This record gives sequence, structure tokens and C-alpha cells, in this order.
Amino acid sequence: MISLEHVEKRYSGTAAPAVGDLTLEIGEGETVALVGPSGCGKTTTLKMINRLIEPTGGRILLDSTNVLDQDPVLLRRGIGYVIQHTGLLPHRTIRQNISTVPRLVAWNDERIAARIAELIEIFDLDAELLDRYPAELSGGQRQRVGVARALAADPPVMLMDEPFAAVDPIVRGRLQDQFLDIQARLRKTIVFVTHDVDEAIKLSDRMAILNVGGVLEQFAPPETVLREPENDFVREFVGAERGLKRLALIKVGDIEVDDGPVVSPSASADEARRVIDEAGFGWVSVVDEGELLGWVDRHELEGCATAGEPTPRPFSAYVTARDSLRQALDSVVTSRTAAAVVVSEGQHYRGILTLERISKEIVA
Amino acid sequence: MGMLSLVVAQFEGEPIVRWQWIVDHLDDVWSRGLQHVVLTGSSVTIGLAIAFPLAVLASRHRWTIPPVTWAIGILYTIPSFAFIFLLLPITGLSQTTVGIPLVAYSILILFRNTLAGLDSVEADVREAAIGMGLSRRQVLWRVEVPLAVPVIIAGVRIAIVSAIGLVTIAALIGRGGFGQFILLGLDTFFPTPLLLGVVLSVALAILADLLLLGLQRLVTPWSTPGGTRTVAT
Repeated sequence: MISLEHVEKRYSGTAAPAVGDLTLEIGEGETVALVGPSGCGKTTTLKMINRLIEPTGGRILLDSTNVLDQDPVLLRRGIGYVIQHTGLLPHRTIRQNISTVPRLVAWNDERIAARIAELIEIFDLDAELLDRYPAELSGGQRQRVGVARALAADPPVMLMDEPFAAVDPIVRGRLQDQFLDIQARLRKTIVFVTHDVDEAIKLSDRMAILNVGGVLEQFAPPETVLREPENDFVREFVGAERGLKRLALIKVGDIEVDDGPVVSPSASADEARRVIDEAGFGWVSVVDEGELLGWVDRHELEGCATAGEPTPRPFSAYVTARDSLRQALDSVVTSRTAAAVVVSEGQHYRGILTLERISKEIVA
Repeated sequence: MGMLSLVVAQFEGEPIVRWQWIVDHLDDVWSRGLQHVVLTGSSVTIGLAIAFPLAVLASRHRWTIPPVTWAIGILYTIPSFAFIFLLLPITGLSQTTVGIPLVAYSILILFRNTLAGLDSVEADVREAAIGMGLSRRQVLWRVEVPLAVPVIIAGVRIAIVSAIGLVTIAALIGRGGFGQFILLGLDTFFPTPLLLGVVLSVALAILADLLLLGLQRLVTPWSTPGGTRTVAT
């Protein structure tokens, strides 16, 4: 979809190029993060794709056409562009802002109205906001409008320059989750710049780690970068806690969970004690026809006939297939049961995850 | 006995305002008011027509700012009296003789404000506009100029108010609008027209200023967020 071939950007009067000789191949529907320290040319690289910065060497192919052969103004109308502080036009209402590119490419009013209705639904924006001015919106709302505006004319390619950097961490987390949801539906080809490694890990299919002068150190999926950093630069750049960061990428549903100690409420107390001793946790999950009732401690079974006689205690936290192993790990270390219990919809018991099981995923 | 006491002595025995005189001269009030408004309005309009393209040029090519500012700054330093008399041999006792200095003075104010207005457009707004595929011309007319309007109108307000004051000087060649009353009052030691000229001139300046302020509010509803609506959280 997008190929950068030996792309170079030199500024006159400086010896070292901003971007030396960069070659990158970005596939259709792929989300690629450009990350690296300041001066690595990540923003320069991004802006060369829509020619806000003109390359001094190499070729940039978009759909196998060299962008340098196209009229830059027309080229940009076909590429969504999102920047850090949104760049919403302060004197235009939200509706007018979103319709900017559709108007430029001469869509009719009806088509624009339909598209706006679609976008506010996708971005979970209040229709009432459409007639307000940007200054009347919160930072998070402005950011969503900025992305909606970039998608307005339904471009196949989106460029995003630090799209979520200007909002507070809680809003940023929500916007990132929403971005992932929307991208899962739309499958645009997206190139985004970030200085935040965790954001790159969370959002990208592949991350391009750039060193000063646009030197590509590694271009691989986040999981690979974390597991096998190409060199010391990458290792240092992705930073400490590589293991934990990798856990954040693996979903509980992706791995096989342990069965864990389970009895039915009608099982005898002796049977329950046998299961407990076998597993060695000192407790057992009580599951009635697949539904998790809670857990019972070994000493609570004293004088009881069946496993269901003492009231099962609820687990303090559950994890589901959609949670990450990092969340499961948090559940393990904060629970009294020394394991995270995995359930699916409707408290359906799936199994447990222990510290050993989780760490096996990282060392594997 | 100084000059001032002489003047005061001349006015002695005369009431501050002779209302009947004003009533008798209402026709003059009207025609001179019109002259005042037309002179002011046309010279500031012409001034803006010259200053605006200069400011656009300067905002695109920054190196032109010092020479342009220098050239129109020199015009600004010519005293108004001298300016009018320098033009007399060329343009005679016409509107033009008054108009040229008025235009010249307004250019500096309007150039500076227009440039400041264009410069006040935030870099990321301009970048996003270009990034979305607006042409240079579209960026200027659809983004930069509308956003510069409050600062440009602020400049027009200053230019109008100072032009209204300056027009009175043109009474020297009989083209001074309300200034004619002031000159008459001074020449004949008659306080009624003197005060009338001053009051009308000041009132016109205040009225024009308020009208332009209202106009600015009207054309830039976006610049007062939360003024009429509640701010979303």
C-alpha cells in the first residue's frame, strides 16, 4: 500500500541528513507505528508521505504511484491526516470541520449529511456537538472529532502525528481503546508517529523503531520487538519491563488455562478435600453445571457433608478471555487465592491461571 | 498678558452654548457630518485595500516586513499640517488633499494589525488545513483571513478613530467636516461652534468604534466560546 524506497531528507546547511536512506513497506489495512527518540526523523518521515515535507531523495509509492508525481493538494485530499493538537478550525463548527474534505472533493449535501451521521455513530459523539465550535468541546471530544474529520471522505490511508499525546492519561487510554475498536472495523492503512513505546505496542501491528537520522533499527510486530529486540538500541529503547509489556499483548483467550481444583456443590466433603490436597492451593472452586459459585477454603469443610454446604466465597477478581495476561498477573498477585480465575460470559468457569503458568508464556 | 488670557478675555460675556445658533445651523451639522463620515470611511477603506495585500505578502515572505514597515513608517512621521500643504500645489483644495494623508496614516495601523492577525493563526491549524488538502489560496481565504478578522477589525477601529480626529485638521482648507465648526469658533472667538465641533467629532468616533465592535462580535461568534452556550465537559 505504502512503500518508502531509499527515502532521504537533507536540509541544506546541515551535514547529517534528517532521514538518511529509509526503506519501509507498509501493507494494506496495517497499522504501523513510527517510534524513536527525538531527532530520529519519525515526524519528517510521516510528513513526507503527504508531502508536507518534500523528500530530497528516493521514492514514496502510494498504491504503486509515486507521490512525488502527483499534485500535492489533490494527494492530501486522499489521505487522512491527524495531528497532536487536532488543528480543528476554530471558526468553523464541528459539522463544518468534519465536512472540510468532503466539500473539497465536491460531495453533495446529502452525501455529507449521511457521512456525518455515520461518523458520529462510529466515534460515539453527541449529535448536539455538531453545531458547536471547537473551543466549546473537551480535549477528548476534540481529539475524536480530529480523527473523525480525517476519516470523513473515507480515505484508504491515514497519517497520524502523535494523535493522543495532548490529552490526559485516562482519556488517552479510552481514545486508544476506541481507536483499536474502530480500526478493527475499518481496516485502514495507518501510519502513526508516537514517542510513547507503550502506545506503539498497544496500537500497532508493526512498529518501526528509528534511530537518529532515520536509521531503521527494527521493523516488526510489537511481540517480536519485545521478545527478540534486534540490538542494544532497541532493547534500551523499549526499556525495562519487557516481560510485562509482552504480557500486555497476550490475551487470556490466546493461551490454554489450567483446569484448577473444581468440585460440584453436591460432591462430598471428603472428595472436596482430596481435590484440594491434590492441587495444593488449600481451596477449591465450587462449580455447579459450569457456573462458578465461588471458592471454599479447606478448613471451612470441617463438619460438613458436601462441598456446597459452606457458602462459597466470591473471587475478588475474575479475568475473561479478552483480558491480557498482564491483567491476569495483577489478579494473581492481588488475590488471596494465588491464582486468577478465568470465566466467560455469565460466570461460566473456564479454569485458572497461576504465576507459573503466566511466566511460562514469557520464557517460552 | 499671555495669549491664553487674551483668548479667555475675548470669550468673556459670551454664554458657553447658544442653542439657537445650533438650531439655525442644523443643515451645516448634517452636511459636515456627511463630509466627515465620507472622508473617514473612504480613506480607511482605501488604506485597508493597500495594507491588506501588503500584509499578505509580508506574512508569506517575511523578509519584506522591514522594508515595508520602514516605508509606510516614514509616511506616518510626516506631520499632518505639512502633509496637506505639501499636497496643495498638486491636488489643490480638493478632497484628495485631505484623503491622501488620511490614507497614508491608516496604512501603518492596518498593515501591522492585519499582519499580526495573520500571524496569530496557530501553526497546527494551518498545518492541518494544508494537510487536509486546502490550496494556498484556500488556506488564506478560508482559514487565515477569517481567523485574523478580530485583529484586523481592532486595527480598523484604531484607524477610524484616529482618522476622525485628523479630519478636523482639514478645516484649514475647508474640508474638515465637524472641524469647520471648531475653526469657526477659534476664528471668531465664539464658543458655541467650537464646542459643537468637538462634541460631534468625539461622538462620531465613539459611535463608529461601538459599531465596529458590534460588527466584530457578529462576524466572529466562535471567538467568544461559552458566551451564548454552555461549555461541554
